[in-house]
Order: sequence, then C-alpha cells, then structure tokens
Amino acid sequence: MSHDVFAAAPPVSAAQDTVADAVATPGREQPFAALGLTAEEYARIAGILGRRPTDAELAIYSVMWSEHCSYKSSRKHLRQFAEKAPATNVLLAGIGQNAGVVDVGQGYAVTFKIESHNHPSYVEPFQGAATGVGGIVRDILAMGARPVAVMDALRFGPADAADTGRVLPGVVGGISFYGNCLGLPNIGGELAFDPCYAGNPLVNALCVGVLRHSDLKLAAATGPGNQVILFGSRTGPDGIGGASVLASASFGGAGEGAKRPSVQVGDPFMEKLLIECCLELYQAGLVVGIQDLGAAGVACATTELAAGGGTGMRVSLDSVPLRDASLGPAEILMSESQERMMAIVEPERVAAFLDICAKWDVPATVIGEVTDTGRLEMTWHKEQVVDIPPGSAADAGPVYDRPARRPASQDELIAASPALLPLPRSGPDLRADLLLLLGSPDGGDKAWVTEQYDRYVRGDTVLAMPHDAGLLRIDAETGLGVALATDGNGRYCQLDPYVGTQLALAEAYRNVAVTGARPLAVTNCLNFGSPEDPAVMWQFTEAVRGLADACQQLGIPVTGGNVSFYNQTGGTPIQPTPVVGVLGVHDDVRRRVGSGFSTEGASIVLLGETRAEFGGSLWAWLRHGHLGGRPPAVDLEAERALASLLATAVARGLIVAAHDLSDGGLALALAESCLSGGTGCVVRPPADAATFLFSESAARTVVAVRPGAAEDFLVACEQAGVPAEVIGTTGGSDLELAGLFSVPLDELAEAHRAALATLFA
Amino acid sequence: MTARIGVVTFPGSLDDRDARRAVQRAGAQPVELWHDQASLRGVDAVILPGGFSYGDYLRCGAIARFAPVMGQIVEAASVGLPVLGICNGFQILCEAHLLPGALARNAGLHFVTRDITIRIENDTSAWTRQYRTGQDIRVVLKSGEGAYMADPQTLASIEANGQVLARYASGNPNGSQRDIAGVVSEAGNVAGLMPHPEHAIDELTGPSEDGLGFFASVLQAVAIP
Repeated sequence: MSHDVFAAAPPVSAAQDTVADAVATPGREQPFAALGLTAEEYARIAGILGRRPTDAELAIYSVMWSEHCSYKSSRKHLRQFAEKAPATNVLLAGIGQNAGVVDVGQGYAVTFKIESHNHPSYVEPFQGAATGVGGIVRDILAMGARPVAVMDALRFGPADAADTGRVLPGVVGGISFYGNCLGLPNIGGELAFDPCYAGNPLVNALCVGVLRHSDLKLAAATGPGNQVILFGSRTGPDGIGGASVLASASFGGAGEGAKRPSVQVGDPFMEKLLIECCLELYQAGLVVGIQDLGAAGVACATTELAAGGGTGMRVSLDSVPLRDASLGPAEILMSESQERMMAIVEPERVAAFLDICAKWDVPATVIGEVTDTGRLEMTWHKEQVVDIPPGSAADAGPVYDRPARRPASQDELIAASPALLPLPRSGPDLRADLLLLLGSPDGGDKAWVTEQYDRYVRGDTVLAMPHDAGLLRIDAETGLGVALATDGNGRYCQLDPYVGTQLALAEAYRNVAVTGARPLAVTNCLNFGSPEDPAVMWQFTEAVRGLADACQQLGIPVTGGNVSFYNQTGGTPIQPTPVVGVLGVHDDVRRRVGSGFSTEGASIVLLGETRAEFGGSLWAWLRHGHLGGRPPAVDLEAERALASLLATAVARGLIVAAHDLSDGGLALALAESCLSGGTGCVVRPPADAATFLFSESAARTVVAVRPGAAEDFLVACEQAGVPAEVIGTTGGSDLELAGLFSVPLDELAEAHRAALATLFA
Repeated sequence: MTARIGVVTFPGSLDDRDARRAVQRAGAQPVELWHDQASLRGVDAVILPGGFSYGDYLRCGAIARFAPVMGQIVEAASVGLPVLGICNGFQILCEAHLLPGALARNAGLHFVTRDITIRIENDTSAWTRQYRTGQDIRVVLKSGEGAYMADPQTLASIEANGQVLARYASGNPNGSQRDIAGVVSEAGNVAGLMPHPEHAIDELTGPSEDGLGFFASVLQAVAIP
C-alpha cells in the first residue's frame, strides 16, 4: 500500500489556535490525515491531552510520531541491538542519543553515525544530498565532538539511464559542495547501481567526530531556570513536514511535484561557523545540554531536550528569529530550516554564550527556559498554543507490530541457482569477463565521483578512496587513529536478508581490518520499502535479526543507526539495503597498509577459503543478468580469525598491501590492487579459474607479503587458523594469469576509468 | 630566533590548521591572525590559507579582501613582507590586486581533488628559493574555481617578468591559461598558488613531502643575515 494521500503539501494553518480554543471547540475538524497521522493516532493524542490538540500541538505530534522520527514500525525490532549487545566497555553513549560514542583509548572518544536522505535527494538531488551531509554533521557536533570526516554510501538506478544522469551528478555535486565547504574530508563510501533504485536512489551520509571523554554532551534540558537558546540560521518555510510527509511515505508517481517544497536548502558556510562556534562554547564550559535541529526542527529539539532532562520547558515562539514573517506557530515548529542548534545555558552564562556567537557571526536568541512542571508550554502572541507532556511526543509514540510474511516468491528466487550458468573456461573468455566487471559502473573507477570530494583537508587523512577503509589520524604523537568502512549489498539481501545483512557487516569489518585496525563498533542505515508491505517487513525483521546476531557473535556493539522505510516506486520496493558501518581503532596509523601493489617481488597470498559461490555475485548479474540462489555463506568465526591475523601482520610489518575480496571476487581485487599501486602481478590459477577469479566467498583477503617475510607470515596464518595460499608475485606492468591471459595495466586502467567517465561529463 | 609566520583565519577558512602545521614542520612558529583584527602581531610573513572565506559568496575572495586584517597585509606587502596565498588565499590576493589575474570556474565545472605534479618556474621568490627552476614537485590540487585567467597583455608581462611561479606539469586540471598554477608579484614577495603545498609535507597524509620547500624558503628569506 502506498501513501498517495500524503503526496499533497500539508495544509498547515497560520491562524492562531490556542489551548483555550481547543477546549472551547472540541469538535473542530483537523487535518490529521494530511499530516500523516491515522485516526487512531489522532484519538490517542486527544486521550493524552484530555482535549483535542491545538494546531501547533498537532504539528508537533505529527512530526514526532512520523515513521522517520518515532521508528514506530521498527522500534520493536531494533530492541534486539540492545538485548543482544555483546558485553563491552567501549561504549560511552549508545542507542537513543544523537550518535553513539566509543572509547578509543588515550582519553579519546569517537562518535559516528550514518543517516539516510533518500527521498529529498530524488526530488532535488543537489540540495537533498547537501542537507543530508549537514544533518549528520550536526548530530555529531551535538555530542560535544569535533566532526572530522564524512563518508557517503550511494545507490542509483542504471548508470546509463537518463534519470541517473540527473540524479547522480546532482547528489555528488551536493555532497561535494557541502562537505568541501565545511572543511571535512570525505574518506570513503560506496557507489552501486541497480534498476531497483531508479525511482528511489539511496543517499546515506556518515559523519565521524572526535572528542575527549570529558567533553561528552547530552541532549537534556536540566536545571529549572536555565535558558533555552536557539542559534544558527533563521527559521524559514523550508522543509515543513519533511519528516512526516517526505521521509515517511512512498513516492506515488503523480504527487512528486507537490512534495518539492518539503526539501530544505543548505548553507554550509553557516554550518562551518556553527561548528567552530559550538566547539568554542563547549571549550568555555557554557553548555548544559544541546540538541541539533534536524527533522522536525523546533518541535523535535524542544520535546527531546525536555523529555531527556525529565523537566519542562516554556518557550515563546514569537522569539524565534524568522526569515519569513508570515510563518505561524505550527510552521515554525515543523520547519526544517538547516544550520540550527538549541542549547540549554545557565542564566548567568547567557551573556558569555551570546558573545561567542557574536564572534562567529552566528545569530543566537533566548527563546525560553527550563521549568520543573513536566510540561512543554509554548506561547504565540501571548496566548498559550502548546501545553503537552514532552515525553508523550518524544518517547511515547505509537509502536506497531507490523505483520511480516516471507513472500512465496522467495522460494523461486532461491531455486534459480547460479550453478547452471556457464562459466568461462578459456583464457580469452576469462579475460573478457574480467574486463566486463572492471569496466562496469559497479566495478569501475569511482574517481569521477571521489575527485569532487576534498579528502585532504585537516591533514589527518591517512587512507581514503580507493582503499577499503578510510583511516584518520587522531593523535600525531602516538599515531592513534580510527578506520571506517560502510558496506551493503542489495542483491545478497534480496536473496536472503538475514545472511545478506551479516555479509554487509562482515565486509565492513574486514575492510577496517585490512588497514591493520581492530573493529570496535557498528552503525547502520536500514533502507527498505514500505513497512506496510508484509514481505518488506519480513525482509526488515530478518535483516535486523541478522545484524544483531552477528554483532553479538563478533563482539562489537551497535551504537546507533537510522531506519529509512518507504523506499519504493509505486508498489515496487527497492532491494532490502541495510548499509552497515564499522569503526575500528588503529594503534599506530604509521604502520597502515593500503590496498595497492607498489612493491615488486612481493608474494601474493590469498587468505580464506574459496568455494563456488555465485549467488548474487557481480559476475552473475553482469554476465548473465542473473540474480538467484543463495548468497555466499557467512562464517563469522573465520572473519574474526582473519581480522585478528591482519592486525598482527600489520603490527609486525609482515605485509605491504591488503585488499578485501567482495563483489567481483579475486578478479576485481587483483585488478584494483595493480591499478592503485601501479604494479602488475603474475598469478598462477588452479584448474577452476572461473571460481578462483569470480566467486564471492566471504572471509577472504588478498595480501602482498613484504619480500623476505613470507615464511613468518605463513606461520602466522597457520597459528591463526586462516587458510593461506601463495598464488603469485607482484611485479611487471601486466596483470597476468599464468597460462590463461594477460592484460597490460594501461588497458586495465582505461577500461576502469571509462566505466563512469564516459557516462558523466 | 625562530621566524614567526602568521596564518589568517577568515570565517570559512578551512586549511588554516594545515598551514600552521606546515609552518611548524618547517621549523617556524605559527601565529594565528584573526580576520577582523587589524594587526599582524609582528609576524615575519603571512599565509592566507585555503577554504571558502565568507562562503565564497559574491565571488571567491571578494569579501575577504575587505577584512580589517587585509589592509595591514596590503600595506606590509608593499614594503616587502612575504605573503603566500594558497587556493582561496590566491583568490583573495588577486581580488586585493596584490597579484595579477583572476581565478575562474574549473573548465570541467566540477571541484577537482587530485595529486598533481607542478614545475617550479621561478626559484628566486621568497617562497621558492629552496627549489630550482624546472624542478617537478608533487602536491595536492583541490579546488572548484582554480582556472587562472588574465588578459593577453598581463600574461605577456608576467611571462616576461618571470612572475609565473609554477605550472601544471601532469596535465592541465582546470583550464588555467598557459598551465599557470601560481604567480608571484614583481618584487617576488607576494605569491599565489592554486595547489596546496601544505598538504604535501608528510608522506603519511599527502602524496609527498615536496611542499615543505615553500615554507623552508620563506624561513630562509626572512632570516636575519
């Protein structure tokens, strides 16, 4: 079922509707359905308040109880992340905060989170993607951290589709514009293409920030009498209802035009000032509690701060600085104008607070104060327009147990095994398939995209694309650093959402490990179709269960995340696409290992076990247009052993390059390692060269061993219980599969480069 | 005594921290200069760092040139203070008429981040004397409006005067006229560079350590004989 009814812009009245009016006119009709609330939800609000809500209160509940803000369809399932959380002492703040905070040692903590901005990015690619970056950066800032890097996980329709030519350059341009202007290096991410994303691209943005343990800030309005300060940009009519209307309903087709005003417009310059201003305010000890304004704007910040502090709050909506004087209270509450924050400040420190804001040219206004009434009260033109218990909007929204049913079509999908696909046998056929993968948009060089991002600013980027993970230096003295990777694979998840999600986690875990970092914590962005479709709900429940189980087994906690439902076009959902981010700690980034072959004469060792696993593989999809069977098997113990081996090998200086094997298998990994390091290799394939090259068995990595260290490394592999096989040697200027074929690096490079560069100007 | 090198922070400056780190690594003392204070705090040289000063609104560098600190810089530059503008700093120096020409939108219309090679064309300026003319160095380019432009007379005169400081030597990444990556004032003390030498001071975080020469050069230039 799709929500075409929400496609119209919400009729929000600017006329005053006071609490007294609500009492006096109990029967007045209110546009709750157009605001995305059901009749039951509307009745529930009236039950909480003991009267009908005012228009302003209705605005608050409609956005706070939207799927986007309340997680009403997912909350029941997300509990597993807490219930199955492994015992850990690294979490300083967990699920429920703006972002999870992880202890990385030496007094440092790191906070990171990934969030979707899918629907705005389809409607208006440039601004939608730009404000997606802005929003996640403010989440990190609100934890007391300095944002230090961003990443982006992107999925589009076919690369050669006309609409992708509109959406992709806009999205990339928006991320480039916003992130570059903020001075945050973009250190990695993903780019994938599939027809299922043609009408619903995925734009997931991750931000990571660093703080000292003592700097941690929480979103809580404590201390009655403390002042509530709104600072940053002025409030305008942009993004009104974005959370309830845009993010919590499907695209219906005809209604797209009507949603256009729901997308916000970003000003990264203001956000840069806001970052520096906040950090100076934190440094000066002027902030009791803080919250960013994202989805649901002032409504969300006030209710969450008051609920978080267990207090009340009195707010004068007349004090909110406006860009458009015609806005009424409901619109002010729902506006998603960007680059705004809300702080709780002790009265005697307000002057110092405002001074620092003035230094950074950041407008700041006292709009209210914390009370001990347990009520959120707001006035407009001296009349009371809001009087609600804040927790009822922030925490006590409806929770749905949506029906979930495995679709019958799942059996047909699994039955369509790739075992019958003809494998290439001859040298020329194998060579052609390698070039097909390498020259495809999925396997090709992503430089057309990543060159538009600044990866150098702040001077602490040790690894970025095209390496498997981004690696940042945190402390120049000790070499402490963090590695980050995001992964997801819609094809695997379509075949088996439980296993597919575990494979996404395993891949991100492995990508962090190949740099020499120790995986520590997990974030996720769960992109799915409509939760009202039982088949989608089944995919969702399987994915969550898979992720929670795998995190438990790997001993790394989920620190937070984001759910994006209603990713579908009409009745057709996207492939289930959980994107999993893993954070690892690197003890000394000076020992980092990249993915490129740059040393001649290094032994190439394939770690892990290769089986004939082509279900959901890039090869099956590109060569045969085939998607069926089962995804590769997951073996989390093997992943753990591999990660631990890599950490040891990097610390001991035994390896000079390491590259994760994932989609495209060993073939793509070897080609990428040759190209990024500028050195060829000679590899001796076994009899079944096709499986060797194109299978996507998990828990595998290809490494180049430091010349002279091969014996020590193989002993280490044996001790770690990781299967290891010497398959060749680096050197020369060709990628050669002995006895089968050879490709000069120039030819590889041209095929790789042309994949995207010829499609986008 | 250690040389003191000022790094200006405008609202929207981004590579100020990186420039200070490069100054320190070269052995000088970085001094923070704030855009709205009309004081150079007695520094021996000034760097205008990369970024998006004032959001690049109106035109890159067009607002920054009116910042109170710029009046001091223009005055001091006229009597020989070494000044280096990197990326956005180069744009500001052109807007302030301390350097000839202007920077326009990249030919490809996209922001470009790339490790590139530039060739040093003038090894006598305050900022390049530790290089030799014809030397190729590896640095980082990251800009959206980096295409160097000037009218034909200006181009002819800067070529004739040896005011071309560096040229792109691994392909022209942005449509700059005559592959110009950097220029220097006639007196040789004010330099503008579109690529970022401060991101090439450590192989751990950049493509090379070649960029250090700019900072070491100015140390030599301001050394009291």
